[in-house]
Amino acid sequence: MEARILDERKAFIVNGKKDIGCNFDAPAIKCDSDSLSGTVSQRACVYCGARVVLNPITDAFHIVHGPIGCASYTWDIRGSLTSGSDLYRNSFSTDLSDKDIVFGGEKKLAAAIEEIIEKHNPKLIFVYSTCIVGVIGDDVDAVCKQAEKKHGTRVISVKSPGFSGNKSYGYKMACNAILELIEPHKNQAKIKGVNILGDFNLAGEMWIIKNYLREIGIPVVATITGDSSCETLIKAPAAQLNLVQCAGSMTYLAKKMEEEMGIPFVKISFFGVEDTSASLIRIAEAIGSGENIQKAEAFTEMERNKLNSFMDKYKKNLEGKKAAIYVGGGFKAISLIRQFREMGIETVVVGTQTGKKEDYEVMESLVGKDTVILDDANPAELEAFMKQKGADILVGGVKERPLAYKLGIAFCDHNHERKHALAGYEGVINFTEEINLSLNSPVWKMVRG
Amino acid sequence: MLNLTKKERSERNALRVNPCKTCQPVGAIYAALGVHNCMPHSHGSQGCVSYHRTFLTRHFKEPAIASTSSFTEGASVFGGGSNLRTGVKNIFDIYNPDIIAVHTTCLSETIGDDLNSYIQDMDIPEGKLVIHANTPSYVGSHIFGFYNMMTGFINYLSEATGNCNGKTAIFPGFVNPGDIREMKRLANYMKVPFTMFPDQSGVMDVPMTGDYTMYPKGGTRIPEIAGLGDCKMVLALGELTSEEPASLLERKCKVPYTLLPLPIGIEATDRFVMELAQLSNEEVPYELEEERGQLVDIMLDAHAYFYNKAVAIFGDPDTVLGLTRMVLEMGMLPKYVLTGTPGENFVKLAGKLFEQYGVEGCTAKAAGDLFELHQWIKNEKVDLMIGTSYGKSIARAEDIPFVRAGFPVLDRYAHPYFPIVGYKGALRLVERIAEALMDRQDKTCSDEDFEMVM
Repeated sequence: MEARILDERKAFIVNGKKDIGCNFDAPAIKCDSDSLSGTVSQRACVYCGARVVLNPITDAFHIVHGPIGCASYTWDIRGSLTSGSDLYRNSFSTDLSDKDIVFGGEKKLAAAIEEIIEKHNPKLIFVYSTCIVGVIGDDVDAVCKQAEKKHGTRVISVKSPGFSGNKSYGYKMACNAILELIEPHKNQAKIKGVNILGDFNLAGEMWIIKNYLREIGIPVVATITGDSSCETLIKAPAAQLNLVQCAGSMTYLAKKMEEEMGIPFVKISFFGVEDTSASLIRIAEAIGSGENIQKAEAFTEMERNKLNSFMDKYKKNLEGKKAAIYVGGGFKAISLIRQFREMGIETVVVGTQTGKKEDYEVMESLVGKDTVILDDANPAELEAFMKQKGADILVGGVKERPLAYKLGIAFCDHNHERKHALAGYEGVINFTEEINLSLNSPVWKMVRG
Repeated sequence: MLNLTKKERSERNALRVNPCKTCQPVGAIYAALGVHNCMPHSHGSQGCVSYHRTFLTRHFKEPAIASTSSFTEGASVFGGGSNLRTGVKNIFDIYNPDIIAVHTTCLSETIGDDLNSYIQDMDIPEGKLVIHANTPSYVGSHIFGFYNMMTGFINYLSEATGNCNGKTAIFPGFVNPGDIREMKRLANYMKVPFTMFPDQSGVMDVPMTGDYTMYPKGGTRIPEIAGLGDCKMVLALGELTSEEPASLLERKCKVPYTLLPLPIGIEATDRFVMELAQLSNEEVPYELEEERGQLVDIMLDAHAYFYNKAVAIFGDPDTVLGLTRMVLEMGMLPKYVLTGTPGENFVKLAGKLFEQYGVEGCTAKAAGDLFELHQWIKNEKVDLMIGTSYGKSIARAEDIPFVRAGFPVLDRYAHPYFPIVGYKGALRLVERIAEALMDRQDKTCSDEDFEMVM
């Protein structure tokens, strides 16, 4: 079937390369720009980007400065787990009303901060600016600074009016907020160890990664931001190396920390056997001793062997199936293409909300020539291409799940609503089992008659 | 869980903690989804619509469509007129609805976008419609957005031609598709020709067919909305949700209305059924009497488990009032009754119910939040909580049996399919409440008190 695609959208959609390396004639995909007006975009805003990055900081008060909606929609939705405080699972807002819009919301914000400081003795407060704050002209920075000065508590302004860019821009604003938090601590003496950037401890994934690093003898200094706290975050400048898992949200912070704190970074991914093993060895090589490298090689070898028989068991169920991927960031999409390949599944449609040009280049090199690659897809496009390419399973987020089901396509959530940890070797098991159970559920027999 | 919440209460004037409401636009989208072949359109940043769709999808487990004007810095400075024009053109080109229902957001309201004149100046394709409603996110709650969108449709479309169509308009309030189906069933039983507006049944509860269609079979038809002006009367269900659109229709088209509570529980369902009976001049059929009798029978059978049990009820105003009446009918004590939606009428109506049933020591609050409810509960515990998924953390923290009802239910399946209205809905509520209380008893009683027959 022919997809109904607006002309303006055509530049956001390409096919995989005919020959890897011979890419002069193919036009580059258009990405990293605003959604078209009038589309049913799957994409979120600046505030959303900032909020999802900072939300896992467990002992912070996250105050959303704006009307109630922005706070309601982001209340405890992230799926990030905590080993410490559960403070971040509450929702705080200034719940601005019409009076505040007319007279300004600064006073209410200042009072809200006071109410928290008086009653709860906070260590760290984030104040998120929403659309409206950008328009009524509240000086949120000044309110935060004043509160900091008065009480000696960190009160950090997150500049995230929804209209001021796209979700990626929100990631950047979150990174700036983290920088503001750790900057006063940047001259610490270095200690052996790494920071993990861009894992949000969804379903406990950060814990899995930390366990692996313990196995190969690499200490973890700070985690940003999964299962983190104010106290652990400010130790981050002491690390030797930054590991960047979610490159889309955290490359900016890693670069800044390299410039300002002299911490180099490597991009890693813990999704799939191939990427998990390569990442662990890479980390050991980057800062470890010979012993660490040996441990990493032995550990990854052992885990890989353990998984072989597991994968063999499932492969017969999975081989030859076709997958569609629609996720937030480019790096995850790339890992998923590889992971599906490990299962014998070909990726026929792949798209992201916020992928960068270089991500799309890697994707193009990994997929077949008939694979559709698309940026900021809307449901109509996803539907058309999944049908056209005969996808059997879609990997995506909450808005894509019912769409897939309606089309009779299996589904796995690789976003906030993931049911199990999907990172590391454990994640391979969970992911494979989930893909298998969704693809082979008896319910499809009922659907297809 | 929720270690922050302390027993000691203190005045909060600026800070909202753990809200029991959300903003107008999501209500506007839900209302617009109840119109056939309609694309809800959010005139604001692209994030709003992403949140609303996610929110609706999490509750209904269905795709929820809506488009956005995708405001940028430029639009926020120069106005969103050109975004809306481009948006409308793109929507008709690519998604081809019959009607676009535009709602505003905090952003477009504050910069002063004049939707009336934008829409008047727009090239709209032949046979297509664009309507709008003002839904500033900083006023009221999603309930306001819901009825404001209804008034938007009535404003643009409903006409009195002078020829009464003999139909009764039923405004169902902010309820689930399962509730709407139950209301329709009752109206059909009573042989009342009606227009349900809005009607999300067949839109947000569509069957699995292997095909995805952006505009499912359900929804109020556009000619039916136009025909609201020719209806003989309106049954406006939900005293705090449906009066605004009903009163607009009265002013605009001289259609009188009767305002009724949501038909939750026996008395409110009786009133709805009697109104229908009056309209059609029909006897209540035996089947309905039987349903009512079965409900009373079960309430009687199980009444010992309900008597004087303290309940906390929270959620949307009309749903909460309905559930309050229902638990009073069951002999329970609605100790805490709370909505996040502002409006002192809620407190008055709840107070009347307390008075009618002669209960004391019950508190009702509008514009409240769940942090406060939690503090109340910490001070004086309840035996049961009834409300939205947002109560689950409190239920866990305080170890209280919990029955989910209202909007949203984000963590369970099939809720939108089943009614809580009508005798059938009440029967379901009685069952769920009894299960919650009796499961608790089975789980926590000592071995010597554990019984096979209850």
